[in-house]
Order: sequence, then C-alpha cells, then structure tokens
Amino acid sequence: MNLHEYQAKELLARYGIPVPPGKVAYTADEAKQIATEYGDTVVIKAQVHTGGRGKAGGVKLAKTPEEAREKASQILGLNIKGFVTRKVLVAKAVDIAKEYYAGLILDRVTQRVVLMLSKEGGVDIEEVAAARPYAIIKHPIDPHRGLRPFEARELVKKAGLEGNLNKLASTLVQLYNAYVGIDASTAEINPLVITPSGDVVAADAKIVLDDNALYRHPDLSTLREVDAEHPLEVEASNYGFSYVKLDGWIGVIGNGAGLVMYTLDLVNRVGGKAANFLDIGGGAKADVVYNALKVVLKDPDVKGVFINIFGGITRADEVAKGVIRAMDEGILTKPVAMRVAGTAEEEAKALLKGRPIYMYPTSIEAAKAIVSMTGGGASAHPTAGAQ
Amino acid sequence: MSILVDKNTKVLVQGITGREGAFHAEQMIKAGTSVVAGMTPGKGGQTALGVPVYDTVKEATTHHPIDASIIFVPAPGAADAALEAAHAGIPLVVLITEGIPTLDMVKAVAEIKSLGNVRLIGGNCPGLITPGECKLGIMPANVFKRGKVGLISRSGTVTYETAKALSDAGYGISTCIGIGGDPIIGTTFKDLLPLFNDDPETEAVVICGEIGGSDEEDAAEYIKHHMRKPVVGFIGGRSAPKGKKMGHAGAIIMGNVGTPESKLAAFADADVPVADTIDEIVELVRAKLG
Repeated sequence: MNLHEYQAKELLARYGIPVPPGKVAYTADEAKQIATEYGDTVVIKAQVHTGGRGKAGGVKLAKTPEEAREKASQILGLNIKGFVTRKVLVAKAVDIAKEYYAGLILDRVTQRVVLMLSKEGGVDIEEVAAARPYAIIKHPIDPHRGLRPFEARELVKKAGLEGNLNKLASTLVQLYNAYVGIDASTAEINPLVITPSGDVVAADAKIVLDDNALYRHPDLSTLREVDAEHPLEVEASNYGFSYVKLDGWIGVIGNGAGLVMYTLDLVNRVGGKAANFLDIGGGAKADVVYNALKVVLKDPDVKGVFINIFGGITRADEVAKGVIRAMDEGILTKPVAMRVAGTAEEEAKALLKGRPIYMYPTSIEAAKAIVSMTGGGASAHPTAGAQ
Repeated sequence: MSILVDKNTKVLVQGITGREGAFHAEQMIKAGTSVVAGMTPGKGGQTALGVPVYDTVKEATTHHPIDASIIFVPAPGAADAALEAAHAGIPLVVLITEGIPTLDMVKAVAEIKSLGNVRLIGGNCPGLITPGECKLGIMPANVFKRGKVGLISRSGTVTYETAKALSDAGYGISTCIGIGGDPIIGTTFKDLLPLFNDDPETEAVVICGEIGGSDEEDAAEYIKHHMRKPVVGFIGGRSAPKGKKMGHAGAIIMGNVGTPESKLAAFADADVPVADTIDEIVELVRAKLG
C-alpha cells in the first residue's frame, strides 16, 4: 500500500525524524489559511500516488498567503499521470545547504533489507543508479541485529555525507526502526536535507507498506484511500480477486498469478493487448467466474474476454455456467474465448452450444481466436528471444 | 530415484486440523504420501486422518522419525511454524501459506540458513511432488506422471500446466518443485539444480521462471559452469509493465533488475533454449531428449 508524502512524514516524525511543519489542504482557501499560520514561505505539493509531481507542475513555492491560495488552486484538480489531485500538502519551505538520499528497500538477492545512501539526493535515485551506480552505497542489514549506531556512522562516512555525523547516523537508525515498526517494504527520504544551520530534515518521503503485514497495524490500514486507487481494482479486491488495469482491449481472467501473466504474454504474442490482469485464485465456481466477468466488463476498453482456467479438479461446466449467467443478465455482450483444462469439458460444450462463447483446447488457440474476434492480430510477432 | 522426497519420506503436517491442512493432508495421503503425524497447538492428543496430533513439533519428532514437514498454518503464525520445524531438526520444511509478512520471512530465512542443515521451500508455494511416491504440496496429483524431467517453477498453475504437458507427451516428471512467488523464499533454482544434476532418474530439467529478481540469472550461471544435463527455460510475465505487481509480489521489475531481457540474455549465454509457450517447452525437451 502506497502512502502519501504527508502520511509518510507523520510516521517518520513518530520515530523521531525531523520533518518540516506541514498540513493538508483540500481547498485553496485552506492552503491560504495554513500559509498565514506559518507566516513564512511555504511549498505546496500535490498528494497523489505517483512520482514525477515536480515535472508535472504539482509542486510550487509560495511566498505569501495569497500566493499560496493561487498556487494551491492551480495544483488542486491537476491530473498527474492519470491521478487527479484532491489534496495538497502545505509545508514550511526548508533552507537547503545539502541534499542527500537515504532509503531502505527489500533486496531479494541478499534476502535482507538494504540501506541505500547517496550524496546525490533530490533527484530520481533510479537515474543515479543507472548513470553512476558507484554514487550509491548499499548495506544489507542483519535482520536479527538491526542497524547499529556505529554502523550508521561508518556508512555516513563511507557515502561521503557532510554534516553533523551523529544527527545523520541517528536519522538512519530511526528510519530503520520506522521501517521495521510499521512493516514497510520501501521507505525513502529524498531529499534528506542539511540546512545551513546544520539541522537534518526529511524534506520529502516515500513509504510503501507491506500489504501482508497490515493486519497487525490496524491504525495504518485506515490510511488506505479507496478514491486514490482504480475503482475496478477496489471492486475486484472486494471479491478477493487480484486485478490490475492495463492499457489494451482484451479482458483476461485466469486462476493463479503465473497463469494469468502467461495468458497476457500469449495475447501479446499473437498481436493483441490485454486490458487487465485478473486472478480469481483457487476454485473456479460459477459465481466466481460471473463476478470476475462483472468486474472486467465494467472497463469500457474491453472488446472481448479470454478466460483461461487450469485445475485438475475444476469443472469446465461450472466456468461455462458463470459465463452463461453473465450473458443472460445482459452484462456480457462481447465475444468470449475460453480454455478450461479440467473435467466435464463435454458438459461445458453442450451448455455453450449456440452461444458466441468458444472453447479451445489450448491457450494459444484461444488467444489467437480472441485477438481475431476483437479486430487485432494483423501484427502478430514472435517475442524476442525465441529459439 | 528422485530428489528430496520419495516413498520412504515420513511427513508431519503442521496445521492438520485446519480446513486447508485437513483437506490437503487427505489429498496427500491419497497420492501415496506417508503422513505419520499432525501438529496443531492446543489440539495435542487428538487424532486426525488416522494419525496422532501433537501440540509441538518437538513432541512429534520425539514419537516419530520425521523427514519432512508441510505447513498449512495461517499467515500470522506461519514463519514461526517454519522456525519450530527447523529448530526441531526436520531437514525439509515446506511452507505453503501465502500472505506471510515479508519481514517475518526475512528473519525466518536468515535464521534457518544459519542452522545449516534445514532446507526451507516456499512460502507461498505449491510444494513438491515425486509422482507416485510422495506429494508434499497442494498440486493436483492426477496431472503428474512419473518420468525423467525435473521441473522447478516460481508459479503454481504454470507448474501444473507444464507438468501436464510433459506427462501427456510421455516424458513425465522425476520430481517437481514449486519454489514460490514471493520475493523472499527459502530455496531458489540454483539450490535445486545440483540435486537434479546428481539424480540418475532425471535426464533433463525445465525451469519455469518469471520476471522480477535475479534467480534465473543465478541459475544460468550455475548451468553454464556445472550442469551436465540439458535445461529448458521459460519466463512468464514478459509483457508485464514495469513496476506493477501482478499477483506475485516477487514478479516486479525494479529499475533494471528483473527484466525479461536480462533473463533471456542469461539463459542464452548458458545455452538454455527458452520456450515462448508451454507447448513449446515440450518441443524443446523433445529436441534435447528425442
């Protein structure tokens, strides 16, 4: 689960990391009021779940309360990569002497949480990693020992960060404590600012929480904002499905994440493009298939649906019944290609007789069929690397 | 022969009295697995599926020789259950549970590795099967026929599809291991390749990989230098957009790590042909084995 900057900063502050004073405004007038209260230059920042806010015009400085109102009204409603800005953070502007980067991520190679530290803060760290990997130092943290203050001090020196050594090191230790305390999967401070007077401040922060651990943080679960997510992703998760909106036109429904990903690859390979990823999980009963179709068909981009189910014990006629119900209720008016590896395939075929729902023996045949039924397929090309 | 499990493997089921545990333990027994004991804290003294249930793993290992444990404990207690089995000295621990907090797995994997003599498979995995002898997992046993191909996969359903295709084509499976789709797992491809290398029954190995992480690259490195048997590869999620999580938390491309291009290049460098479809996996195996 992604957190907004202001939520991330509140959590970091709870663990003792200094952050600039700031409040959230939902209207331009509220922004003005907050700026008046601070009586100082403020920065107004769009609170949306995407990066690149600055480049999109979502971050602006305001020297006066009136200017704050004006800038906030420009940012509120701004569409940043498909996310509409509904609130802004109005924060006291920070005087900057140095801008650094400090981040914690989960590293699968070392199977540990890794601290990353760089002198090159305030810019996209992935760009730094690509252009100058040596500018980032990485330290895998022993999960049972944690990050010790002496290690943090050594790392600050190794990264070449200038400023109060103890303050910098304790910020790193606090960041790790926060990461573990809230079960984060990513926690970044970028930039980590050193002010001209030598203070260390988290001027921007990004936190992603581990969804698997939310059950033990009921207070953090409430930070989830349904309106900030894709509405179909919310609806799908209410049914217990895993759904991701994609930018093609073929609705894809399958069981098992690996099989659904494979199905997307197949559609792509024969010249189509998937409109979504939808994993119904185990047990393909009629009502589950029906609910999955309801979700997928709410997407106006979908021109046809590919249902790919594998199950040693899944009954193909159950899947067919779900599809037929969706059709009889008028939800399903588009072509469907189905491939069900399971039992009762003959019963399924009998049920589907005379309806524009087609069953295929292999995934690739079903993929080709749905692509041609939805008007694609002319540009079928093999995926790179075929041998 | 086979690897890791066979007809002599004595199995403990942790969480045997739960809905999932009871269902799958029964399926495992039907598939020929020798389940000798169950364990559920607070249910010690009961009997489930004809075997005694114990409160702790240590009690179970005191009363029975146990070679492997399979865990169906709900996510909040799953990592602890794996540690309990490991500390009781069970050499093979299979963690089926999905949705385990990641930091629990970071700690558990580090601790189990430090013990040195325990192999953890999973979490969030379908388990493993030596067809006809031992099923230590949740896969549908009917699609697995015994044969000469070793199969390792990061996914569940793709594993079943591949096993079925290889079985229908007459090659069959020596042992199949689903290693799990999470970012932090106990056993990776490169840990299992040496076992298949030394197994006389296995004539070829199929690796069903996925985008995300660098397990496929590590496997390719081992194959290039040590593998004496033909290997066929497959990579799922090649059309997935960057940074999006599609079901498997492990299948995310971050920066330049985990891209299909990197994996394809590594496999090409190790002379591992890569199939575009599951049907092609069979064709590539046929090209190797005839």
